[in-house]
Amino acid sequence: MPANETGPERDKEPAAPRYVITAENLTKTYGDVTAVDGISFSVPAGESFGLLGPNGAGKSTTMKMIGGVSQRTSGNLTIMGLDPEQNGPEVRAHLGVVPQQDNLDEELKVRDNLLVYGRYFGLPMSYLKPKADELLEFAQLTDKAKSKVDALSGGMKRRLTIARSLINEPRILLLDEPTTGLDPQARHILWDRLFRLKEQGVTLILTTHYMDEAEQLCDRLIVVDKGRIMAEGSPAALIRDYSTREVLELRFGSERNASIGAELEGIGERLETLPDRVLIYTHDGEAALEEVSARGLRPLTSLVRRSSLEDVFLRLTGRSLVD
Amino acid sequence: MTEPSTAGRAAGSASGEASASSSESPTAGRTLRAHPPEVSAAKARRWGAFYYAEQVLRVMKGYGWSIFLYSVGQPAAYLFAMGVGLATLVDTSAVSAFGGVSYIAFIAPALLVSAAVMTAATEFTFPVMDGFKWRRVYYGPHASPLTPEQIAAGQIIAVTLRFLLQSVIYFAIVALFGASPSGWGWGSVLVATLAGLSFGLPLMAYATSIKEDKGQFAMVMRFIVMPLFLFSGTFFPLDTLPVLVRWIGWISPIWHGTELGRVMTFGYEESPVLTIIHVLFLLGLAWFGWVLTKRQFIRRMGQ
Repeated sequence: MPANETGPERDKEPAAPRYVITAENLTKTYGDVTAVDGISFSVPAGESFGLLGPNGAGKSTTMKMIGGVSQRTSGNLTIMGLDPEQNGPEVRAHLGVVPQQDNLDEELKVRDNLLVYGRYFGLPMSYLKPKADELLEFAQLTDKAKSKVDALSGGMKRRLTIARSLINEPRILLLDEPTTGLDPQARHILWDRLFRLKEQGVTLILTTHYMDEAEQLCDRLIVVDKGRIMAEGSPAALIRDYSTREVLELRFGSERNASIGAELEGIGERLETLPDRVLIYTHDGEAALEEVSARGLRPLTSLVRRSSLEDVFLRLTGRSLVD
Repeated sequence: MTEPSTAGRAAGSASGEASASSSESPTAGRTLRAHPPEVSAAKARRWGAFYYAEQVLRVMKGYGWSIFLYSVGQPAAYLFAMGVGLATLVDTSAVSAFGGVSYIAFIAPALLVSAAVMTAATEFTFPVMDGFKWRRVYYGPHASPLTPEQIAAGQIIAVTLRFLLQSVIYFAIVALFGASPSGWGWGSVLVATLAGLSFGLPLMAYATSIKEDKGQFAMVMRFIVMPLFLFSGTFFPLDTLPVLVRWIGWISPIWHGTELGRVMTFGYEESPVLTIIHVLFLLGLAWFGWVLTKRQFIRRMGQ
């Protein structure tokens, strides 16, 4: 990691920390509301680490504490071995941050947004000008360099925000819901860019309520609900531990879905009844479907698919990720 | 806004590192290298407020013309209407009524101070709301090494420069009208800037505390700025008013600034104690406003 090369002033530190981020019993309360309720995790350098959970699970609050902009109520937190509350500027100098809500400077041109942001890190114009051009290319915004920000589409703004977060060449990138509100094509472009950063060894910390995003980008993740960690592991391991290999989805129409349960008893390992569909967890979806037909049941639609993190979340909390 | 010595050094070291590491760079064969985070943090701790001021000035530059017309055109129009038009009637009364000078010389420092206060009333209200709520522009730099108080200070530095610039231009116009007979007249530029901060910083603290825009700023304009403008000895000496409303002048940064400005531009005779009170009042109010603003910024951004 050449970019993390330490200057002589860092000699007082015994060694580079094995974990770039460690949180122990991290807690944040707002009045009576406990947004984050004693969560603990560690992230080694270069890992792509996700916080998966529904809206209001405490993901963004956790990200703000890691980002050194929100004071924790209790617990310990270190980023690159530093406490963000004592060494705010030092911690934030290590990070690139993509907030949930874009906060670009709409009155400045696209390229100027990057230059201005780089100045906050004390970076000289001799570095910033070519760097801004490089990042615009990376974000596929070169031909928009001189446009005003409010002329950009949602996906372009998001890419510009990511470009902006990279201006200081951070080794840790915090991404809060990076693709929420984007169309599928824009999401895929973004994933591709994030994947390239991951290949360059940048530690990615991202929150999402999209299971596909978590599966695509995360080496390891924690499933968060109501401020607590429900499970931790790689996407594959979580699916293995908390779900079956395949899922059979059946729709009988909204009125029958609830009452059909008894008639499906015994098929597959586990049954989950949702308002709009019934899920049968099984190792062999096709066989389960045959069994359903054999019992004379005629679903309106049926689908055999592989288990996903959505199923893990459903199993852990009894609720869907996206309401 | 830049600090030549350190910026130069960083640029030098950046290119130095670049040439050394070009062959082994893992990223797309480019030779650019940012200075390490420790350097970013140290520079931000030292110069952060100026970095943010630079951003605010860049945005201001985008609507520089309307700033210019608003902040110079308006008082210049007043100056012409009152100081030339109205003055033909007013100046027929005894010269002593206006401290022994022409009416235009009497109102020029008042308009200079009032213009700065009115600018303060816009610069320290809507942009603050924009920073926290509408476009959330404060939260971008908040994620960088800058601290909340540096962001507040940066905005104040930029607006202070605007006060200075508009006051200098305005003073030049006043001088052209021959309305600043004293050699100390230029001091009124500093007085106006101080008055702008004295009124603006407490207002900025108030703006920082507002979570929901319910037209408070329009109320401030109508019920605070306008009365202060009219009853601060701007167009006529304060002591011509009944005692019942004279107190408005005493607590008004416009009055303290105006009287001080008059001392500067035409050697207005007042007790030196009063002059010192003007300076202390303006400084004290500005300091009070800064302390409150800083506290509010830290509290609101640290949530």
